[in-house]
Amino acid sequence: MEGLLSLAVKAIFVENLALSFFLGMCTFIAVSKKISTALGLGISVIVVQAITVPTNNLILTYLLKPGALAWAGFPEVDLTFLGLISYIGVIAAMVQILEMTLDRFFPPLYNALGIFLPLITVNCAILGGSLFMVERDYNFAEATTYGIASGVGWALAITAMAGVREKLKYSDIPDGLQGLGITFITAGLMAIGFMSFSGVKL
Amino acid sequence: MGARSFFDRLEPHFTNGGKYEKYFPLYEMVESFVYTPKTVTKAAPHARSFIDMKRIMIYVVVATIPCIMMAFYNTGFQANAAMAATGFEPSGWRAAVLSALGIGFNPDNVFANMAHGFMYFLPIYVVTLVAGGVCEVIFSVIRGHEVNEGFLVTSMLYVLILPATTPLWQVALGIIFGVVIGKEVFGGTGKNFLNPALVGRAFLYFAYPAQMSGDTVWVAVDGYSGATALAISASDGYQTLAANGMTWWDSFLGFVPGSMGETSTLAALIGVAFLMITKIANWRLVAGCLLGMIAFSGLLNIIGSDTNPMFAMPWYWHLVIGGYAFGLAFMVVEPVSASHTNMGRWIYGALIGFMVVMIRVINPAFPEGMMLAILFANIFAPLIDHFVVQANIKRRAKRYV
Repeated sequence: MEGLLSLAVKAIFVENLALSFFLGMCTFIAVSKKISTALGLGISVIVVQAITVPTNNLILTYLLKPGALAWAGFPEVDLTFLGLISYIGVIAAMVQILEMTLDRFFPPLYNALGIFLPLITVNCAILGGSLFMVERDYNFAEATTYGIASGVGWALAITAMAGVREKLKYSDIPDGLQGLGITFITAGLMAIGFMSFSGVKL
Repeated sequence: MGARSFFDRLEPHFTNGGKYEKYFPLYEMVESFVYTPKTVTKAAPHARSFIDMKRIMIYVVVATIPCIMMAFYNTGFQANAAMAATGFEPSGWRAAVLSALGIGFNPDNVFANMAHGFMYFLPIYVVTLVAGGVCEVIFSVIRGHEVNEGFLVTSMLYVLILPATTPLWQVALGIIFGVVIGKEVFGGTGKNFLNPALVGRAFLYFAYPAQMSGDTVWVAVDGYSGATALAISASDGYQTLAANGMTWWDSFLGFVPGSMGETSTLAALIGVAFLMITKIANWRLVAGCLLGMIAFSGLLNIIGSDTNPMFAMPWYWHLVIGGYAFGLAFMVVEPVSASHTNMGRWIYGALIGFMVVMIRVINPAFPEGMMLAILFANIFAPLIDHFVVQANIKRRAKRYV
């Protein structure tokens, strides 16, 4: 239990997907203009991460790993080369379901997220979460924790970013930097703030 | 009124249509430094108050005076004491000036300490003013806004949180980064979301760790290793501080190695008391920050740890060592980058208090946490405000259904 807790803290703060690995930057920068939208997207990412990382973990353990197919009578088969495509498939399916759910039950959020919802499919943070899970050899419990926590970390980062950007509406930014330019600078400065966690050993 | 009429004669050259119209910010800077700005609001709403931007900023500079005095004294005292202990022969221009004036290096002589410390403080401060000031003026001339008194505050705070041995080119680099990236790209004073002095300091901290941290940078004597109280407590526990010649009172009064202006808790407390009496600092921020620090360090005391001696450090030590008191007095209460709602101020302060203890105790990579804790809370300040406002709206909507 303690191990899972420290894994969660680590995934949220120390190894924040957005601000220390800079994953998922396209949506991070494009959908962080309003806090409410950013929060909605953040929650969507948490949901997608919480489902895809454990699912991919199951697929890896029972289908792909060398020897994983022993239960079906093929102990020497190694299907890890199918890893990427299976993870992407799971993510795409998950996002499709999420999109239909939002469209049916939360139309305002669905409209606000617009094109960026389907784009979660190719959000590097989501695939990154699954690949980190593979690389670090998480078991099922760890994968579930890591999925939720890394999603929470990303959601936290994008919500804070939206807060800062709402405040920056009152700023007087030079013409050349308006829009994306200042957003990149802001993201960099926020990453300095998140450096306060770098080096924490849990 | 000779000077006033001098300014009146000059002014037409700088206002609209004048020969030097472009350089109006420069003129305005000098004039408002010497005289009270005479511009008044022309359009509603009118709020009458004796507090204007100039007075706020001057008050903050006044409040740092005790810290500056301690910076002179303690920088010189640490250097002189280290020389007396090691028999180090001073050389260079500082030694030449000091011996030419017959002041010497006696650590028991208050004046000698002040003079020695002053000669470390002055070059750093001058470089900061020149390098940062040039950037500030360039931006205001090109972008057409005023050179703000805020820069006086930023430069003073920035100098006070540097180690005395910082190379001057790094001083210049840090303040330029702080002023340009931390403030001017957002449009100048009041429009930034991070504290510019801390941005500059953090930039140096991560870019040049060799000159910004470690044991040898705090005392201005070559090769002399004077560890800060935080470094000693992190390795051996706070109980051994007294054996290393640092009692709680030394730390409280500021006679310990550290960045120039941040060692003295007493001086910082005098400063923050002045700021709270003049209502420039909001007391909720201070109270929140103290509560967060006391609560979390108390919790860690109870949890305890066999391997990490920092867990056992009680709150009254956290208060006096490192940059906590200085940050509390001048950085936490900075109104621009803090939360703006009253409830938000409590949360913001508590977040800093929590983070500073977290970084000091749990993060082995950084011995000191005040700078990073404040930057971290700056990021979340607008978000905290947002949720406080939303909660208020929700509560009031419920009341008047």
